Amino acid sequence: MKLTSTLALLGTAVLSSAAHADITVISFGGANQKAQEAAFYAPFTASGGKIIAGEYNGEQAKIKAMVETKNVTWDVVEVESPELARGCEEGLYEKLDYSKIGNKADYLGKAVGDCGIGIFVWSTVLAYNADKLKEAPASWADFWDVKRFPGKRGMRKGAKFTLEFALLADGVKPADVYTVLATKAGVDRAFKKLDEIKPHIQWWEAGAQPPQMLASGDMVMSSAYNGRIAAAQAEGKNLKIVWNGSVYDVDSWAIPSGSPRIKEAYDFIRFASQAKAQSKYSALIPYGPTHQGAVAMMDPKIAADLPTAPANLKGALPSNTEFWVEYGEDLEQRFNAWAAR
Amino acid sequence: MQPIADPIVTFRHVQKSYDGENLIVKDLNLDVAQGEFLTLLGPSGSGKTTCLMMLAGFETPTSGEICLDGQRIDTVPPHKRGIGMVFQNYALFPHMTVGENLRFPLAVRKLPAGEIDAKVKRALEMVQLQEFASRYPQQLSGGQQQRIALARALVFEPKLVLMDEPLGALDKQLREHMQLEIKHIHQSLGVTFVFVTHDQGEALTMSDRIAVFDKGIIQQIDRPDALYDAPANAFVASFIGENNALDGHIEHDDGDSCGVRLADGSFLKAANGGVGRAGEAAMLSIRPERVRIVADAEGANRLPAQVEELIYLGDHLRIRLRVAGNTNFTVKTPVSRLERSPGAGQNVHVEIAPEHIRALTPMPA
Amino acid sequence: MSTDTLTLGAASPEPIAGLKQRLRRAERRRKLLYGALIAPLALFLLVAFLWPIGALLMRSIDNPEVRGVLPQTLAILDTWSEDDLPPAEAYAALASELASYKGTPELGGAAKRLNRETPGYRSLIMKTARKMPLAEGVDPQGALMTIDSRWSDVDIWHTIKRTGTPYTAFYMLSALDLDIHADGSLSATPPEEAIYLDILARTFWMSLIVAVCCLLLGFPVAYLMATLPQDKSNTLMIFVLLPFWTSVLVRVAAWIVLLQNEGLVNQALMALGITDAPLQLVFNRTGVYIAMVHILLPFMVLPLYSVMKGISPVYMRAAMSLGCPPFKSFWKVYFPQTLPGIGAGTLLVFIICMGYYITPALLGGPQEQMVSYFIAFYTNQTINWGMAAALSTVLLAATLVLYVFYARRLGANQAPAGR
Repeated sequence: MKLTSTLALLGTAVLSSAAHADITVISFGGANQKAQEAAFYAPFTASGGKIIAGEYNGEQAKIKAMVETKNVTWDVVEVESPELARGCEEGLYEKLDYSKIGNKADYLGKAVGDCGIGIFVWSTVLAYNADKLKEAPASWADFWDVKRFPGKRGMRKGAKFTLEFALLADGVKPADVYTVLATKAGVDRAFKKLDEIKPHIQWWEAGAQPPQMLASGDMVMSSAYNGRIAAAQAEGKNLKIVWNGSVYDVDSWAIPSGSPRIKEAYDFIRFASQAKAQSKYSALIPYGPTHQGAVAMMDPKIAADLPTAPANLKGALPSNTEFWVEYGEDLEQRFNAWAAR
Repeated sequence: MQPIADPIVTFRHVQKSYDGENLIVKDLNLDVAQGEFLTLLGPSGSGKTTCLMMLAGFETPTSGEICLDGQRIDTVPPHKRGIGMVFQNYALFPHMTVGENLRFPLAVRKLPAGEIDAKVKRALEMVQLQEFASRYPQQLSGGQQQRIALARALVFEPKLVLMDEPLGALDKQLREHMQLEIKHIHQSLGVTFVFVTHDQGEALTMSDRIAVFDKGIIQQIDRPDALYDAPANAFVASFIGENNALDGHIEHDDGDSCGVRLADGSFLKAANGGVGRAGEAAMLSIRPERVRIVADAEGANRLPAQVEELIYLGDHLRIRLRVAGNTNFTVKTPVSRLERSPGAGQNVHVEIAPEHIRALTPMPA
Repeated sequence: MSTDTLTLGAASPEPIAGLKQRLRRAERRRKLLYGALIAPLALFLLVAFLWPIGALLMRSIDNPEVRGVLPQTLAILDTWSEDDLPPAEAYAALASELASYKGTPELGGAAKRLNRETPGYRSLIMKTARKMPLAEGVDPQGALMTIDSRWSDVDIWHTIKRTGTPYTAFYMLSALDLDIHADGSLSATPPEEAIYLDILARTFWMSLIVAVCCLLLGFPVAYLMATLPQDKSNTLMIFVLLPFWTSVLVRVAAWIVLLQNEGLVNQALMALGITDAPLQLVFNRTGVYIAMVHILLPFMVLPLYSVMKGISPVYMRAAMSLGCPPFKSFWKVYFPQTLPGIGAGTLLVFIICMGYYITPALLGGPQEQMVSYFIAFYTNQTINWGMAAALSTVLLAATLVLYVFYARRLGANQAPAGR
């Protein structure tokens, strides 16, 4: 990755400066990147830009190393909310100049950040294999009910959202989840709830794993990214989504501090943040557009499957970025200690 | 070979082959007498070491039988034979101290601790290395290691001790010193020693009897002086000591003596070492110290000779002569016995008493 | 005295004038020459090995964040009695420093550092900074206390003072499951959060199991190789080295394919009727052990082989000639001589194992992760490099302790080299 971008850098240095500089855009891979390729990269390239696409798993270490050594080879990066907030405070990302992007008011409030602008709204949902379960689960409480729904359950190996689901299963109202979780008793409560199903949990790490393992029957239900499940449904797998109790968050575009191609990076972000580009993306993978004008351009049937569809938002919980920035390290460590035992 | 009364070891028709095609030991018959020092001497590949290894139990005979104290042992595993052995590179256990090395055979035999200590102490005294008990073998010199190896082979009081070229790794001076030390230990203990070497000097120094091996066969077995003075065949004559060989044909056979006509036509009387009838080829074996250099041809058993080279060696002279076509005819003479040294190129004569010339069957080419 | 123990230099009881000095001078020249010969390598090691490791380890005690942002506040806190709230100047200094660093990455770093001590302090700092600068004439102490009540508690001030030292034991203590409280006292981390001592013990334990398995499997192979004729042992050697020729990742992936529920091994077991349901062979400890032993076996076989190759078969014969039965001879005479190889191989496998990351990460579950997993976690995921460095230091120290122990125990058991 680094090599290709270095080569690209050399290439542009040799070519005349009049030519558009190639920018390196890094996003989470898989189905997400495929959709971005079609909705953002290809049209941007057609309009004269040049993109080198890469993927990563959200590790901020690489970006921190680049910024600290002042050798920034990534120009635009897809970042999750807590990492964006933390990185913004620590100077990993450029503060965005919205005049170069668009009208702030066009976007969802949660999508407009100091250092990043939302690309899409994604949701972590309860998904299950309808072929394996006679009865459909309806909530996280059902997820915890191993008697009615025997079989392995998948959860992401990490504290984030796992703790929220545990509290939801324990009867905490969505609106109270983060207030409860901010107390020691609340954290204890969440881990105690997790203890109940620990032997039944199959941990996953990459977003592609849950649909695979659900389809193969290795587990009967799992927490999963809604877009991945939709992609599996499109392939004919009989997987179903429970929107009740889902947690949604925004992924954003950000520019690592000191990118030498900042002008082109803005060009790309402006292009990709248009309602038209976003609607095209959301049609390919059902993550909700952050531009409020995008849904109107979409097929209503597809729009109904988005996390941002009103029906789906009912009973859903917005992820509390501030909370995770504050308590993330502590909770992840506690989670590690718990999981390793 | 005369049978020995009450032998400790007997080999009967023993054969050994490794590849099923060649016999490395061919029909070995050998008796070892109680308490004797027997050396198996021969060039490498002559079968002497194989013979020793079969006795120790590390090789099994292909056929024949080996008895120890009247018991057949060819199927007894080595650790049950009770034979002491000293190896070429001593084989002292490097992870054990000298003392532990010596205790090893006693501990294996489960002797009481007090007895072990006493025996180890005695064994170390025997080789005069009392103060080295807590050293490791690598901390000792070659000679010291050698003596410890000997002490270890003796400490459990075996009736028979085997030694496989134990002195090969030592320098000349030390080797000669150790030869005498081993000989003295043998004399004082009365244990039977079977010693393997390719060094004839070593064999002559130490042995009661020597078995000369060549091509898997014992060529001759006898006391050292008898081997030297009366070699049974051309191989033994040339392998043991220095030897001048002259080729000729038997002219007449008189039983104990014979007359031989040399290739250049000259004639010598010789002792009969078991040659064939008149007309057959013979090899005359003459020891260098038995030759007298004389000025003229007046006398019996004299041959003309030409001095090729003189080598002064302090107490004696070596004179290389050309005699009857042999340009490497060596004479060894004490300096005191020569009135004046002959010069190189000078024509002289040599005189050898008939009893000191042995007519032998030549070696097959 | 025998002829072979002649000692050199028995002469000259009188010291020769100046000889010692001359000898020393000659020696010094020689030493300088040797020094010059190895200097390039030493320099290379220093620059490419020791320095980076040292720099990394420094991060485990490095504490620059708060110090960089709040120097004046810390200077005032220096003389603070610590029993009561700090003087009003401390509030004033803090307010002015927060104002001047508002919105900078430095402040973010300092806030994050404080948050590590007590979750919640990050937002406290950020929230307070957002309200800066204070209007002219406002009392900073009162203003701060109004912004957040935590400013009227001594705990935050203790934390600021403690995080303001140039070096900190915080990461090292955390890596050893110790908590440091606002008043500076230490206590064991509560059991539901304690993790690293367990992980360290697990790392040792799993490494030990792998090393022992490698030894049990590798010893006979090495023995066979050392006793077989050269051509046959060369063939065996190729098989032993074969795993070296493929990348670890490929081998791990291959193990997943073989061991998974519908994998070849399970299919074979079920076809043979040994089990009815597939055995869980992967994503648990069994799978990790299988793959680790496979990957590390050559590191055991090679040192064993090289030591065994040097043990003459004559020793066994000697032992038997002394009356020792064959198996006992092997155990008493041959085996002890292989100890250096066993020690080297076990230590090598053990140490490599201690730092292993990829195999447990891919083939194990959360219960199989070793220290290096958490080093990677802190390096990549949370970018807490102080914590990553502290765990590395613990791992390095554990490895060194082990090595010293090995050198003492096995080194002392060996006979000193002959001099």
